[in-house]
Amino acid sequence: MSDKDKMIEELKALIKPYIQDEEAFKNLHENTNFIEDLKINSANLVDIVLDIEDKYDIEIDNDSMDKMLSVKAALEIIEQKVSKK
Amino acid sequence: MMNFKEIIAKLPYEKPFLFVDEIIEINENGISGTFTFDASSDFYKGHFKNNPVTPGVILIETMAQIGLVSFGIYLMNESGEKMDEIQIALSSSEIDFFKPVFPNEKVIVKSQKEYFRFNKLKCKVEMFNLKDELVCRGKIAGMIAVKTSR
Repeated sequence: MSDKDKMIEELKALIKPYIQDEEAFKNLHENTNFIEDLKINSANLVDIVLDIEDKYDIEIDNDSMDKMLSVKAALEIIEQKVSKK
Repeated sequence: MMNFKEIIAKLPYEKPFLFVDEIIEINENGISGTFTFDASSDFYKGHFKNNPVTPGVILIETMAQIGLVSFGIYLMNESGEKMDEIQIALSSSEIDFFKPVFPNEKVIVKSQKEYFRFNKLKCKVEMFNLKDELVCRGKIAGMIAVKTSR
C-alpha cells in the first residue's frame, strides 16, 4: 500500500462516523467532496478536522479549514502540516 | 466585556420564544443562567391534556439559549468580532432527562465549554431546579457566526 493509500484509509476511519451517504463513502476517492458527496454537515466537518488534529498532532488554521472540502485537499493540508512539524 | 443585559439584548429571540431571564455568571469556560416558565405559555394547554408539564424540547431550547447562544455571543465578543447580527444553527443535541418541570418553575442552566473552533461551539449543559435536583443534562453543539454584510 502506498503512503497515499494508507493516508486515505486513515482518513476514511476518521470520517466514517459522520457520513450520511454510504454509497459515496464506499466509492470514496481523492475527488470526493465531504459536503456534496458524503453529505457531511459543516458542524461535523469541524469534528473531523479536530480528529485529524489529534491523530496527526497538528494544528489546522482557519485558512486551511476553509480549504478542507475534499479528500484531496485534506490530504494535502495534512501532508503540509506534518512536514512542518 | 459585555454585561449580562447586553448579552441578552443580542439574543435573536423574543417572546414567546425567549427562554433566558438572567445570566448569573459567565467566563471563557462557561456560563450559568436562569429562566422561569410562565404558566400561561401556550404549550401547557396541550402538553399534556389537563396535566401541564414543560415539554422536553422546550427544556432543550432553554439549555441551548442560555448554554450555547448567550455563551457564544459572549465568546464572539471577547474574540473581537463585531456583533451586529449573529447567525446561529443548532447542530446536535444529546440530552437525558431526570425530573419534570412544571408551570412557574424556575430552572438554572449551567454550561461548560468543550470547544469553540471554526464557529462551532460544543458544550456540556446541565439544568437544575430550585431544589438543586438535576432536571436534564447532555451535550449541545451549534454553529455561530456573524452575518457578513457583503
